[in-house]
Amino acid sequence: MSQPFRLNKEGLINRNKKISFTFNGKKLFGYEGDTIASALIANGIHLVGRSFKYHRPRGFFGAGVEEPNAKLQVEFNGHSEPNVNATEMELIEGLSATSQNCWPSVNFDIGAINNFLKMFFPAGFYYKTFMWPKSFWYKIYEPFIRKAAGLGVASIEKDKERYEHKFEYCDLLVTGSGPSGLASAYAAAKNGAKVILAEDKPRFGGTLLTDDVSIDNLSGKDWAEKIITELKSMPNVTVKNRSQVFGYYDHNMLVMFERVSDHLEKKSKFTPRQRLWYIRAKETILSTGSIERPIVFGNNDTPGIFLSAAAKEYMKVYGVLVGKKPLIFTNNDSAYETALEFKKNNVEPIILDTREEHSSELIDEAKSKGIDIRFSHGVIVANGYKKVKSAKIGKLNKDKNSFGKIETVDCDCICVSGFWTPSVHLASQSGNKLKYEEKIDAFIPDKKKQHETSVGAANGSFTLEESLKHGFENGSNLSAKITETKTEISIPNVNEKKYGAHDKFWCMPLPKNENPKRFVDFQNDVSVSDIEIALREGYRSIEHVKRYTTLGMATDQGRTSNLNGLQLVSNIENKIVPEVGHTTFRPPFTPITIGTIVGREVGMEYMPTRKTPMHEWHEKNNAVFVDAGAWKRPRYYKLGSETLFEASKREAKNVRENVGICDVTTLGKIDIKGPDAAEFLNRVYTNAWMKLPVGKARYGLMLREDGIVMDDGTTTRISENHYHMTTTTAQAANVLSHLEYYLQIVWPELNVNVVSTTEQWAGAAIAGPKSRDMLSKLYPDLDVSNEALPFMGYKEAEFFGVPSRIFRISFSGELAYEINVKSDHGMFMWEKMMEVGKDFGNQPYGTEALSTLRIEMGHVAGPELDGRTIPSDVSLNGLVSKKKDFIGKNSLGREAFNVESRQKIVGLIPIDRKSSIPEGSHIVQDQNAKLPNPKLGHVSSSCWSVENNNPFSLAIMKDGKNMIGKKFFAVSPLKNKSIEVEVISSHYVDPEGKRVRS
Amino acid sequence: MLYIKCPYCGLRAQKEFSYGGDATVKRPNINEEVSSEDWDNFVYMRKSPRGKHIELWQHIAGCRQWIKVQRDTATHEIFQTAKVTEEIR
Repeated sequence: MSQPFRLNKEGLINRNKKISFTFNGKKLFGYEGDTIASALIANGIHLVGRSFKYHRPRGFFGAGVEEPNAKLQVEFNGHSEPNVNATEMELIEGLSATSQNCWPSVNFDIGAINNFLKMFFPAGFYYKTFMWPKSFWYKIYEPFIRKAAGLGVASIEKDKERYEHKFEYCDLLVTGSGPSGLASAYAAAKNGAKVILAEDKPRFGGTLLTDDVSIDNLSGKDWAEKIITELKSMPNVTVKNRSQVFGYYDHNMLVMFERVSDHLEKKSKFTPRQRLWYIRAKETILSTGSIERPIVFGNNDTPGIFLSAAAKEYMKVYGVLVGKKPLIFTNNDSAYETALEFKKNNVEPIILDTREEHSSELIDEAKSKGIDIRFSHGVIVANGYKKVKSAKIGKLNKDKNSFGKIETVDCDCICVSGFWTPSVHLASQSGNKLKYEEKIDAFIPDKKKQHETSVGAANGSFTLEESLKHGFENGSNLSAKITETKTEISIPNVNEKKYGAHDKFWCMPLPKNENPKRFVDFQNDVSVSDIEIALREGYRSIEHVKRYTTLGMATDQGRTSNLNGLQLVSNIENKIVPEVGHTTFRPPFTPITIGTIVGREVGMEYMPTRKTPMHEWHEKNNAVFVDAGAWKRPRYYKLGSETLFEASKREAKNVRENVGICDVTTLGKIDIKGPDAAEFLNRVYTNAWMKLPVGKARYGLMLREDGIVMDDGTTTRISENHYHMTTTTAQAANVLSHLEYYLQIVWPELNVNVVSTTEQWAGAAIAGPKSRDMLSKLYPDLDVSNEALPFMGYKEAEFFGVPSRIFRISFSGELAYEINVKSDHGMFMWEKMMEVGKDFGNQPYGTEALSTLRIEMGHVAGPELDGRTIPSDVSLNGLVSKKKDFIGKNSLGREAFNVESRQKIVGLIPIDRKSSIPEGSHIVQDQNAKLPNPKLGHVSSSCWSVENNNPFSLAIMKDGKNMIGKKFFAVSPLKNKSIEVEVISSHYVDPEGKRVRS
Repeated sequence: MLYIKCPYCGLRAQKEFSYGGDATVKRPNINEEVSSEDWDNFVYMRKSPRGKHIELWQHIAGCRQWIKVQRDTATHEIFQTAKVTEEIR
């Protein structure tokens, strides 16, 4: 099978390795080193997609990031990806590409009817059409827009690939390996600076690969290779290809997108697909080069129309001809190089130059080679629907707005060049205010904002000599400031062709009675007439014109359309371009995959998993886990075919009747030490702490400064100046920061230190009427009587030879203890407890039983302390000292906090004693009232009371205890339930708290 | 991502810090009478300047010290950082 448009020997591809792939189901082949685009063009395929709005046939326009049209759906390595840029994606074996935005096929696309209805789709079409009637929005307009929107199809499969993030620091980051980038990196590397050189393309060298130049008697390509080889050998240099620096963020942080393995046929298991680099650079060289600017003419979006430099790149890098009868349409000298390259490959081009006849180095060379040059000429309209067949060309009169002779010439491609636009995206993102450079009719970076230095074409210097000089100088000077070493480098001798001045001409006029579309933005189908409409309708700001017409939006970010759009606006408005200004450049410069942004933070790696030292035991014993922050906690231990409801009821009942143990390691623990510790606690907690004796624990409540309850827990005085504070699992980190805030900022005079010891201790609660009996077996030598170890008592003792702390505290409301041992001994402790506990009917219990136990006791937890409640709302006003000051005290006097009807905690039971009340239910007087039904409160926690064998809930309700005895409805629209309930006390079981003291 | 100079640890990425609000707010002294107006101002009222702002950050993934940072709220430029016991002028 031959490739009709492949040259015999030119190019940098590996002709020894054929690669087969499919396009729209058709089997084709290319070579290693091809992009999808170059392989398709080699096979003579130009029609690759349909345009966004009008579904017009579209082909390739560029050869890299500038490509606006050739976005394909690509399947490879077992996944499918939309909007892949065909001009960037390297060919790999077995790849399958399909066209997007067309149905049933790219050759015959029903949507193309839009092209014939184009008078109905002007700028602002969506805004104008979908306004009314309002009722049409949901059922008609939105589905229509959704169907029409977007190009490719995102995969719904789970992404099996691996993505990574990397943090890097360097002295100098160089973005782009063209001549100025290479020179900068080389000079800085020679000064000993830590350098990262990033190149977006697979090959280093930028324009050195395609321009006919020599440096120190080496071809551009060979010189680039020499420099890269030397850079790679230096330990202080990191050289990266396939790596796009796409964003310039605050404080000189740049983000780079590395395509690690999409081009590899085989890779090891841990090779990521793509990698995101966060690079903090001391200095940045922006050597991002420039992008060729098109000239706008009729049907300029027809497949077969290319940027002239892209056509040259296809020949020189890929050995591919974009056509065999080329028309070169230019306003400057650079396109002559493309013409000469065609000529070298025995293809006869015709050059249409908008300038009047004159001479320059390149023009003279083209003339001497016998190339047909037509000055003061331009393409009026391209003919051909799915591929250029001919072009109507015209001789421009002196006014450049009317024509002399008009004729039609045959051609199979048109290579267009409207001079060059520096890629200033990164500079602009850094905060640099750009300035307009009249000499090149484009924006270039202005005064430095961060540490960015633009060099070469990115700074508007279009000669090789200048680019190299700026590169060497800036690379050397910037790095010398950091390394304080300066190595002299002689600037090499350069041989290049000098360009003459370009013509300030970018939009072909139309002869009378001709009205083809002239596209400014291909990707969004924005034409000259769309911009004219926007201005006619009163849009003036370029940002508004952009949004109304969608000029410069979408994945290519207007790389080939921005300046032509600005030029048009300025022509119509009779302003100069700098007055019109430019739209904002935002990252990312090129689209990057969502997978790369997410990196490794998926699934189990989304956040760390915290496991208690007893986790393995829980696993072995059929624990079903629940997430508590990052912690895994046993929710219940499943026996046989038990449900959650059955298991938690059994576990809770066993605590009430016998004894149970619960892993409470996850509670936050903070060690507090220092002579002022008591005073500090006295300020942090609402209750009094000055008189707590050594060896005693106390329940404490802490508020925020606005009076809202922040957290609760017990704190134990271990010794004179040493306290052990516990917090809820959820608030552990916040409470520590809170304490540090007051110690470091508000009361630095207090001599107190705090440190988290959550991870240091393993904890187990032993709860139930038989817990003391069990404890006495765990500590045979210790007096654990009610007198020796009373409620809120504390002892230190050896647990089978292991140091331990015993706290007599209770969350379940039963007689209970909490044992802490060092984390390493946690499993030992737990297994011993299970062994010793057998005689007492001990069973482990999980968080569900734990909740049941605390709810029926009326103990508040997270659902009640929800950031809206003050102590009296949750019946904890007994803990609020009237005698001393504490954090948040002054706020408790606020009027709204002291209204009698304020929502406060109550208990609820269903009238039928059977129906469980969904958490989150609204409490209402009348379940059938008209909406919005006045809400009296909400159900915060629900359980099945094992003590009374019926459902019970805690609720936060208007008028609180005054409602006791009254009946209401708990309504849950989510669960579609309405349950009649009676209000009772929140303390459903043992309201006097006898058990904990027994 | 900001690059914040912790006065104890040196230049560190923003990821290591958590934000703590206006550093110029002073809490009324403990155990002293305070008018409800002063108290409300302390709890609720904050300026939200465009430009220079002295704020608190905590180096939570580092030395855990609260620090002062003088930052431009519009440009993110950081002019100065200091220990909380030091003054920023």
